[in-house]
Amino acid sequence: MRIARPLRLPGFRSGSLAPIVVILAVLLVLLSARQPDFFSPPSLMSFLGRSAPIVLLAAGQYFVIVSGELDLSVGSLVTAQVVIAARLIDGDPSAGWPVVVLLLAFGIAVGLVNGLVTTWLRVPSFITTLGMFLILVGAVYLWSDGAPKGGLSDEFRRLGRSAFEDVPALGRIPYALVVLLAAATLALVLTRADFGRTLVAVGGNPRTAELSGVRVWRAKTMAFVLSGLAATLAAVLIGGYSGVSFQAGAGLEFGAITAAVLGGVALGGGRGSVVGAMLGALTLETLFTLMNFYGVSGALEPAVQGAIILFAVAAASFRVPSR
Amino acid sequence: MTVLVVSTLLVLAGCATDEPTTGASSSPSAGTGSGTGKQSKFFVRADYDKQLALLDTAPTGPAGKPWEQALNPAMVKTAKYKKPGPHKICFSNAGLNNPWRQVGFKTMQAEVDTHRDRISEFVHVDAEGKDQKQIADINDLLGKGCDALIVSPNTTATLTPAVEAACQKGLPVIVFDRGVDTTCPVTFINPIGGYGFGHVAAEFVTQKMKRGGKVLALRILPGVDVLETRWSAAKVAFDKAGVDVVGVEFTDGDPARTKKIVNDYIQRYGTIDGVWMDAGAVAGAAVEAFEDAGKPVPPINGEDQLDFLKLWKEKKLTAIAPTYPTYQWRTPVIAALKILDGEQVPNPWKLPQPTITQDNLDEYVDPTMPPLHYAMCGCTDLPGYPKRWK
Repeated sequence: MRIARPLRLPGFRSGSLAPIVVILAVLLVLLSARQPDFFSPPSLMSFLGRSAPIVLLAAGQYFVIVSGELDLSVGSLVTAQVVIAARLIDGDPSAGWPVVVLLLAFGIAVGLVNGLVTTWLRVPSFITTLGMFLILVGAVYLWSDGAPKGGLSDEFRRLGRSAFEDVPALGRIPYALVVLLAAATLALVLTRADFGRTLVAVGGNPRTAELSGVRVWRAKTMAFVLSGLAATLAAVLIGGYSGVSFQAGAGLEFGAITAAVLGGVALGGGRGSVVGAMLGALTLETLFTLMNFYGVSGALEPAVQGAIILFAVAAASFRVPSR
Repeated sequence: MTVLVVSTLLVLAGCATDEPTTGASSSPSAGTGSGTGKQSKFFVRADYDKQLALLDTAPTGPAGKPWEQALNPAMVKTAKYKKPGPHKICFSNAGLNNPWRQVGFKTMQAEVDTHRDRISEFVHVDAEGKDQKQIADINDLLGKGCDALIVSPNTTATLTPAVEAACQKGLPVIVFDRGVDTTCPVTFINPIGGYGFGHVAAEFVTQKMKRGGKVLALRILPGVDVLETRWSAAKVAFDKAGVDVVGVEFTDGDPARTKKIVNDYIQRYGTIDGVWMDAGAVAGAAVEAFEDAGKPVPPINGEDQLDFLKLWKEKKLTAIAPTYPTYQWRTPVIAALKILDGEQVPNPWKLPQPTITQDNLDEYVDPTMPPLHYAMCGCTDLPGYPKRWK
């Protein structure tokens, strides 16, 4: 009897971007066949604008996953940030920027706690961030008596809702898209820098990394902080897009993980690229849009996400012997 | 590499779902007529007919105080509960876990404050939305020497035995909002109900939109009786009028999801001519989706939450707001005191369920109140207004 060998397709290097690009291209072709209007600039821009938060979260999740960990707390962090912002701003137009700074600080703090508990106390990140998820949900609930108070000012919401109008050829460019491009560039620079390579090494083989003088705890903690920052940016955009609600971040952690996995980032760490993760998020959103155009109920989205994660984990376990 | 295989499979699976459309989200091509799908299993024809009849019934009771009025009241004797005051009144509350209940409970507390000479103690226990906790709460309250017990049950079937046990103790029990499957309480107080709500909204959208237009129905979530009744009445109305309902979608009460759904439908059909909602929570998000897409906002319904009412007035929407009035939280306190005086009370105590329309919108829009406040609280004459509700 033969033992199952790792599945291998010729032509694709592991961690390569080619698969996700192909999938995205196929989806886009299907989409254009069904709804050619989708590619008209206004519709495309609005699609990219509203996909920005999940793409940001996927980028944040990339850093954590590639370092060999998992961040389940981002969805509840987004909710917490939106609820906090609404309560602090309470319709006051001048409170916008100070509150954004405060939110960034809070995002960093949550990332730090996640990272330090995982690395110093050696709690598996799955448990750490699940705990953080529950703590944030509970705390927000308690703090707001079960219903969000206050409201976001129009000024605060502008970043997530408005756009540069009357741009030649494109019509309007959502601010969210500009924020996304800036953050994506930053993420790319980070992964190309020493830090990015260290992170991949840490995720691939922490022991080796440790022995070669890498401070593993610091790299991993930084990854969690980046994820917290990404969640904060996403919260500002989501709060802007749709206003305050308790559901603001619901399920986003799974969306981000699915996107990263779909983009070829290996659960368990050590393989993948941040561009892949972000393309994964775009692909996921495209898939959902396609499902909508074909009249599939939106209720099926979680099921599709679940299937992608399951298949990806199964696929990853196939790879283990080939290491 | 493997991911590719997997994802390709998923993509194929995605294509294979071309023809489907089951249940909730049926497309017009499915040939089910108006696309409203199967009738909800919560739909009870007799209740529906009764509620629709109540919509046109004139209430009895003091004018301008709908929380003291009743529709078709059948009075019950309460002489055996007569007792000298002051009284200790106890309240087992299903939860305070949404803005509606928050506003309602504040209104109830204010109502209690107006009777401080007659109510020596008001005990409130919050079950936090848990059946088991509420059963224990009611049991605990029975040993606390309450003169009357008010119950707002978390769920109907599960709480019925606990309420029956309370009745057997001999103290007057008053149930309001959601009901129980027993007639043992002295009275059951609630407004007309979900069928009335859904019907009023569906009729409005049907009449106000252009003929043959496309309607999008947005629901919070399936399987909750009060929301199912709202939708099932709307379905009946839409089917009867032959309205083209292009989609029935669940929003989870999430504004971001709502905006995305509405945006998707606008892209898919070019335009949507009417929006029906089973609750007002995300009406603002739906309106924003039309604005952001540069489309006129079609006839739409919300609820009496102030964010929607303000938006309606500000943007001059074609809108209507059926209500599930929070003033019903005043009535149980009034009922308890009447019962302890031995006065007759209606049972069931059906409260009027007013609708906010263009004509009376200005009476209810108060820009100083918070966005999640419910305008139909009947609380403006109560002590501590408006500060207590902010």
